[in-house]
Amino acid sequence: MIRQLNSNEIIKLLGKDFDSQSIDESKNELYVSADQLTNVCSILKNTKQASFDLLTCISGVDYVEYFQVVYHLTSTIHKHSCVLKVNLFGRSDLVCPSVYEFWQGADFQEREIWDLLGIYFEGHPNMKRIFLWDGFEGHPLRRDYLESPR
Amino acid sequence: MNSELMTVNFGPQHPSTHGVFRLRITLDGETVVGLEPVFGYLHRGSEKLAEERTFTQVITLTDRMDYTSAMTNNQAYVLSCEKLMEVTPPVRAQYLRVISAELSRIASHLIGTGFLINDLGAFITPLMYCFRERERILELFEMLCGARITLTYMRVGGVFQDTPAEFWPALDSFLTDMEFHLDEYESLLTGNEILLSRTVGVSSITTDQALNASITGPILRATGFDWDLRTVDPYEVYNRVNFEVPTGENGDNYDRYLVRIKEMRQSLSIIKQCVEQIEPGKVRLDLPFLIRPDSGEAYGRVESPKGELGFYLISDGSISPYRCKVRPPSLINLTLLNEMIVGWKVADMIVTLGSLDFNMGEVDR
Repeated sequence: MIRQLNSNEIIKLLGKDFDSQSIDESKNELYVSADQLTNVCSILKNTKQASFDLLTCISGVDYVEYFQVVYHLTSTIHKHSCVLKVNLFGRSDLVCPSVYEFWQGADFQEREIWDLLGIYFEGHPNMKRIFLWDGFEGHPLRRDYLESPR
Repeated sequence: MNSELMTVNFGPQHPSTHGVFRLRITLDGETVVGLEPVFGYLHRGSEKLAEERTFTQVITLTDRMDYTSAMTNNQAYVLSCEKLMEVTPPVRAQYLRVISAELSRIASHLIGTGFLINDLGAFITPLMYCFRERERILELFEMLCGARITLTYMRVGGVFQDTPAEFWPALDSFLTDMEFHLDEYESLLTGNEILLSRTVGVSSITTDQALNASITGPILRATGFDWDLRTVDPYEVYNRVNFEVPTGENGDNYDRYLVRIKEMRQSLSIIKQCVEQIEPGKVRLDLPFLIRPDSGEAYGRVESPKGELGFYLISDGSISPYRCKVRPPSLINLTLLNEMIVGWKVADMIVTLGSLDFNMGEVDR
């Protein structure tokens, strides 16, 4: 079985040199601020106890007041998984650091989120639309893109 | 000797792109020196559509993602819903789901193998061999739910209906025949000199490369890494059956082909064990017609024929999902296209695309 780590266990893995000021504790996921994300991912990927070598899934969610980027990570060595969340406030010029340098698997997934939700991933080598064409206006997965037809 | 570079649009309407996939390739003579995949020709906005539909209606959308193995898509989605609602379907339903998912895996691998050989130049004949067996699986699906491709067989809390009486003998005779047909393919293909010379050592990747690029499924296992969600994170009744996880060695096109053939054998063995173990009982929980899960979120995943298929569902307590994010294995498995194809000839590129066995319905959604 793949065991899902709770936030306390993830904080323990992150170690002492990590500034835990910017972290909210909750049950199964760890909230990370956008500026801390690169640090956190670097520790989670490279330390032996964590070894999150497989980036399972990156999802973007529009909660209207804020956007959330959700990272599902898995370690094939320790058979555990964790969930990281980054909240981004505002509706325009949203920027989140890219995790491409740690996991190449972020490539298409981050481009998809930029395409459909309009969150720009800084540091991604090829940040452009993936499904829709260049010049398409708006980001269709946003809640305010179209009024509901019903 | 270098010649002038040429940029060619490969696809979207090209038979070996398996759908509507476009590659912008830069060629130096016959050698590919650069490539850029262009997606989106089949983008139907399934994730947006899901936000407007009830939890049960979304199942029909999942059929249309990877249309060669709709059962595993159904399974991934209903498992996520059940995780969200914290319910467990009856045991008989779980067995039926595993049987139909494994049939789906065989059907999908048959298409993968058939088209790979088709792309190699063995025009149509081996493909029709594979379609002959796939047809029988589709007939079994027709008995289960009345549909052949867009099945919508599974429901949150079980499956649509119990099996009709004629299903079990038909399944039995299929299992017996399929064993023989697999031997037939292998006698024609596995040691075939043309297949070997075109695929062995072509477009190989290492385990580290594959893991770093989040590649899962037969492509990852072909690199020699044992990672199958059915064994590492068993869902439904996979912990009650014994099976091996076939792995390759070199992660090249040949190993991907071989892993798929071996997986079909394992799937047959899983189905046989399920048929022995399955007992009569209910096939569906009594859930209301309109499901309203409590607000929360769940990420459910299954091992689909292409790799890890996941659904990240968020509910706000209403009748439709607030967000339904799909983790598409076909799309993510294409991450390493550059590493696999650049440096090889155009003809090898076609074979590599065949061996990756992606499905544009799932790539673009």
